[in-house]
Amino acid sequence: MDFQLMQETWPQLLDAVPVTLILAVVSLGLGFVLAMGIAMLRLSKNRVLQNSAYGFVYIFRSTPLLVQIFLIYYGSGQFRTFFDDIGLWVFLKEPWFCAILALTLNTGAYSSEIIRGGIQSVNWGQIEAAKSIGMSAVKRFRRIVFPQALRQALPAYGNEIILMVKSTSLASTITILDITGIAKKIIAETWSPIEVFIIAGAIYLSLNFIVTRAVNWLEINLSPEQHRGRVSMIGRLRSVMLKR
Amino acid sequence: MDLSLLSYGDQGWGDEMIWGAVMTLVVAVSSFLVGIILAVGFAAMKLSNYKSLKLIADIYTTVLRGIPELLVIYLVFFGGGTLLRMVASGVFGYDGYVDLPIFVTGVICIGVSSGAYSTEVIRGAVLTVPKGQIEAARAIGMGKATRFWRILVPQVARFALPGLGNTWQLTLKDTSLISVIGLVEIMRQAAVGAGSTKEPFTFYITAFVLYLALTSITNRGFLRAEIWAARGVRKS
Repeated sequence: MDFQLMQETWPQLLDAVPVTLILAVVSLGLGFVLAMGIAMLRLSKNRVLQNSAYGFVYIFRSTPLLVQIFLIYYGSGQFRTFFDDIGLWVFLKEPWFCAILALTLNTGAYSSEIIRGGIQSVNWGQIEAAKSIGMSAVKRFRRIVFPQALRQALPAYGNEIILMVKSTSLASTITILDITGIAKKIIAETWSPIEVFIIAGAIYLSLNFIVTRAVNWLEINLSPEQHRGRVSMIGRLRSVMLKR
Repeated sequence: MDLSLLSYGDQGWGDEMIWGAVMTLVVAVSSFLVGIILAVGFAAMKLSNYKSLKLIADIYTTVLRGIPELLVIYLVFFGGGTLLRMVASGVFGYDGYVDLPIFVTGVICIGVSSGAYSTEVIRGAVLTVPKGQIEAARAIGMGKATRFWRILVPQVARFALPGLGNTWQLTLKDTSLISVIGLVEIMRQAAVGAGSTKEPFTFYITAFVLYLALTSITNRGFLRAEIWAARGVRKS
């Protein structure tokens, strides 16, 4: 074990953390919005909308993310003149744009199923009750369905976040220097894979550890009635605010 | 887009792509099986009463599920040869050049990560078998092996199949990552074709369709297996 090398590579790998984080956060954010839309389509009464949403989800869940990234990044090059004409080439030539697009579509497909499950888990009686006291569809969704769906979907969504943090590593295959990209570069230069792997692995593990903790914390705070006896920050805040 | 590029035979890339798909399938099946073997072992360790064994198994599943597969592939690809040469010269006194074949490297990498996911699936499935059944089997004098094969295995198989189906899909898709170290499966073949014909879209969309076909067909197989494994269960 070459500790000297570990000490030297440590800051370089740490510098790449923001790249990984930006990839993950941006595509998770955009993907969540996309997923909400797809989940709505899947739950709509229109057969065509339902099926096209299902088709999208099925296709993106059945193919490797690497193919999706390559298809967008390298595949678009085949139609360069076309994309140039409609003004999209400035985006498609950028690895960052392609990586985020692929990651967004991918997580959108996976998360939509999670959200759909959450929405469907909401008790029908509650929706009927909300209807009977005259809540509009939007209000019903915002006050009754959405909060409960979110809570129900949270554990599964936590897993999705971790999968996404791992998936960002594929961006390194299209020249983006994220943690994995830098790690590969250092390994190829120094030929000491084990040292670099330990540091890069530790960084990924700590990122995912933080995600797990955060999701856990949210879970407890969003459903205080199921975790009575534990300290609940949001619950406490809520009660303070209600008193006022 | 020139589809004649994908024709079968000397002129086209159709047959090369099909062979790539065969390679993908072989790697995926091998890795999945390696994963299952690892998973049975690590699940047993997780369920054992020894703290140290539990800890080892916990470290295995946490690390392999928390680190990108790509990083593991780079580790084994760049580090496997060094380790092998160390063992070769240290244990066998052989100082020549030895290296892991890419296929083996790939199966090891995808296998260990597939195993980490399967471990949790199998552990969960074992836990769903009621303890009373094992006690009952012991009470009527079944031996350890009979208990294992007649009581545990059939039920664990049934409970674990849906989860293993998910792991299989993950494994199949993860094999595409081995293309970065040069194993000629679907992705690599597509990259080679794209490079020499300058038609990347044609080749990557073919790869896309091939993966879609592989996952759809094998998924159907898993659904069948689930029905088969549940044949003795009363439907509600």
